[in-house]
Amino acid sequence: MAKKPDLLPGTLDMLILKTLTRAPLHGYGIALSIKRLSDDVLTVEEGSLYPALQRLLLQGWVKAEWKLTETNRRARFYTLTAAGRKQLGIELTEFEQMVAAIGRVLADAQEA
Amino acid sequence: MNPLARILKKFRILFGRERFRVELDEEMAFHRLQAERELIAGGMGAEDARYAAMRRFGNETRMKERSHEAVGFSLETVAQDLSFALRQLRKNPGFAVTAILILALGMGASVAIFAFVDAALIKPLPYADPTRLVDVTESLALFPHGNLSYADYVDWKRMSTVFSSFAAYTGTGYGLNTPAGTEPVPGERVTVGFLRTLGVVPMLGRDFREGEDVAGAAPVAMLRYSTWQNRFGGRRDVVGQTVTLSGIAYTIVGVLPRDFQFALRDNAEFWIPLQPTTECEKRRSCHDLYGVARLKDGVTVEAARAQMKSIAAELEAQYPDSNRGQGASVMLLSEAIVGHIRPILLVLLGGAGLLLLIACVNVSSLLLVRAESRRRETAVRGALGASPLRLARQFATEGLTLVAAGGAMGLALAYGGMQVLQRLISKDMMIGMPYLRELKMNAHVLEFAGCLALLAAILFSITPILHLGFSKMREGLTAGGRGSAGNLWRRMGANLVVVELATAVVLLTGAGLLGKSLYQLLHLELGFQADHLAIVNVGLPLPEFSKDEKVVQFAREALERARNLPGVQSAAISDVLPVSCNCETDWVRFVGRPYNGIHNEVNAREVSTEIFATLHARLLRGRTFTEADDATRPPVVVVNESFAKKYFPGEDPIGKKMGDTALTPKSIREIVGVVADYRDASLDEEQWPAEYQAFNQSPASYFSLIVRTGQDERTLLPLLASAIHQVSPDAAVEDGTTMTQRINDSQTAYLHRTAAYLVGGFAGLALLLGVVGLYGVIAYSVSQRTREIGVRMALGAQRSSVYKLVLKEAGRLTAMGILAGLAGAIGAALLMGKLLFGVRAWDAETLIGVAVVLGVSAMVASFIPARRAASVNPTEALRAE
Repeated sequence: MAKKPDLLPGTLDMLILKTLTRAPLHGYGIALSIKRLSDDVLTVEEGSLYPALQRLLLQGWVKAEWKLTETNRRARFYTLTAAGRKQLGIELTEFEQMVAAIGRVLADAQEA
Repeated sequence: MNPLARILKKFRILFGRERFRVELDEEMAFHRLQAERELIAGGMGAEDARYAAMRRFGNETRMKERSHEAVGFSLETVAQDLSFALRQLRKNPGFAVTAILILALGMGASVAIFAFVDAALIKPLPYADPTRLVDVTESLALFPHGNLSYADYVDWKRMSTVFSSFAAYTGTGYGLNTPAGTEPVPGERVTVGFLRTLGVVPMLGRDFREGEDVAGAAPVAMLRYSTWQNRFGGRRDVVGQTVTLSGIAYTIVGVLPRDFQFALRDNAEFWIPLQPTTECEKRRSCHDLYGVARLKDGVTVEAARAQMKSIAAELEAQYPDSNRGQGASVMLLSEAIVGHIRPILLVLLGGAGLLLLIACVNVSSLLLVRAESRRRETAVRGALGASPLRLARQFATEGLTLVAAGGAMGLALAYGGMQVLQRLISKDMMIGMPYLRELKMNAHVLEFAGCLALLAAILFSITPILHLGFSKMREGLTAGGRGSAGNLWRRMGANLVVVELATAVVLLTGAGLLGKSLYQLLHLELGFQADHLAIVNVGLPLPEFSKDEKVVQFAREALERARNLPGVQSAAISDVLPVSCNCETDWVRFVGRPYNGIHNEVNAREVSTEIFATLHARLLRGRTFTEADDATRPPVVVVNESFAKKYFPGEDPIGKKMGDTALTPKSIREIVGVVADYRDASLDEEQWPAEYQAFNQSPASYFSLIVRTGQDERTLLPLLASAIHQVSPDAAVEDGTTMTQRINDSQTAYLHRTAAYLVGGFAGLALLLGVVGLYGVIAYSVSQRTREIGVRMALGAQRSSVYKLVLKEAGRLTAMGILAGLAGAIGAALLMGKLLFGVRAWDAETLIGVAVVLGVSAMVASFIPARRAASVNPTEALRAE
């Protein structure tokens, strides 16, 4: 099994919030969605989703409710709240600023 | 989301913890199942798919833990610390029990004493706005806090502008007719504004009205609550009824509230408006009242004192005869009530505080030793990833656990101690200190205990943390781990022991000085023989005995009957008992000498003929009274030696004449004898000049009958009472007592005894703790130096030099402790000067004694480890490495 790059620290919460912008998902769905959207580059250790989800629930950025899946199984679905959407905006801005900053440093390093 | 809502959410999860767990489990199981299905759909075998799904999921248990952590309180780890702390203490019960016991003793003593301090000194008096109440009396050079005369009171009240109200009161006694015969009951005469001044309202009926304290007004009375309950059955219709006191019918107008107390005269059952009817109250020069006043808003005690002093000066100019030297004293009422017990309580609180200090120091050094022996454990836990904070918290938790256990036990001890101390206070003394009835484990006391516990907890948490110093963690892992840390402990431990020993010296010296004071007090030269004297107090009802002849007749018959009782050697009467007070004084002036108006104040006692013989007081010159000295003959007096020395230095007083300040013919009396001083004053007062007048020439309707017997004086008491009732059934007889009991139970003796015993107890404990602390340090030091001692001995050191090595270290610490302690002790003794009697703060005997006791105990304690050191087998000590 090839070694996959680790997630940048602190980005998991942001990714979860982002995947939830389209539709409410259960934990497995979130993991799957992150994997697919990143073309299998970002695979989280799937279990680590759950502590992160608890944190987000506590902050009030997501809501959770038990619903039935298409296959008629009970699963906990997470929905983004208004506060969560705002938080996502903040985190995205910060992240973009950081990426841009890193990019500038790297570009400078290449020129030199 | 705001933090509060987050915390609430955490609490919801904490209490719905089971649900949280179940939901999480289900969610995670669902996740794995989905993953498994997908893999199977992708063509994987069922078994492989399960493992692959688990791998992808990661460590499930860890994820669950992390989920819990995300929503849990960090407090939950505190429970882990606590259970670890308890396990640690259980593992080492000797340490735990010792530490907890020491703490409990220290805290118990401090809390119990504080409860007394709180009840007596901190809690305000139970009146409206008590800090505005002041005690107002006249003052003299000899009596900085004297009494008020009625005429002066009236003028003071009229002329003063600083008080919103100003009342006077004085104690009295009445004969109350009961089915069991006439009973003497204490009463109080007060001006009508008395209760209004205190801000007390009767619970039933009405307060006294203006004019009821004017001579000739209809007599009315107010009842104390317990009197109402016990004597009048608590009936509400008691108001309006009459009660006959000493032959006068009083209309009951009210009942005092249940919680009413007046410390200066708390036993009074009947409160009567003060009508200036007694002989004394008709004279400006006779002082029998006390004053209490309420300051006007904005007036300070100093301002009030200044005004009263200037009024007193005005009156002095106006009435030079009666008011010469009469100043004014104004002090807070609380000062007048508890001023005399403040020094003793503060000394006791100080003593208990020192004991607590020594207890804390002792437990701290125990903790140090333990921290030392747990260096490896701490280092291992640190190496395994315990954060420094977590380690520190572990020590703090252990400290807190100790303090909690010790504190709880200390509170129990304090409660027990309070009960015992309260029970030791005699009923008579309780009358003077009603505020001590409020002695309780109240919020104040608990707060105080909480503060002590907090301080102790901080100390016990910090000590081991400081000691360890986390940087040295790795060092602790190396085997043996001796080196610098051992030295550090030895230094710190040694310093602590010096503190302990010094504190013990302070307490021992205090106890020694107080003990010596008590001994001096109880073995004071009384000037008479106090044993085998039985005493009963007799009160004669006034209307029946208003004529002097009847009183004299009664006294004669009563004495006669008393003398005929079995075993009685002699019997006598005195209106004031020996060992009472410098009180009931008289101003005298001598015939044929120039008089500048100065007040020659002397104790004046009315005594019967055999008084000196009964007391075994020595007659120095002249004669005593005879039965012939009665109202038909010229008045005669016997004076004491102090009197003769002060007023007739180098002269023979016999035959000299004296009288009152105006030398009124009626008052002129001749000195016929001089007796050696015997104690009229209380034990710790100074000896004053005294004159003794013949009872038959100047009888009193309230007096004490004193009887000397060859047998047990207590058996006489019931016989005396019945003998008196045989003379007149109307005579009121108070519970008898014996002279020795009176002296032992006197407030002076009680206060000194309590102080000496308690501080003695504290000192004993302090000595024990200090010496045990020293033993600990030396024993530890020896155990650390076993190898060194082995090497020394292998190289030829004698056992005696090993002894010397160890004892020298102990001696150095002891000497430092004793020296520091002696300096502190003299300081402390100077502070408690008021409680010392007949000893000086720097009493060499006590100081040397303490130094010797402590030195010897310390040497004995360090001899044990020294012996162990000297018996080290060099080969074994070296092989052990």
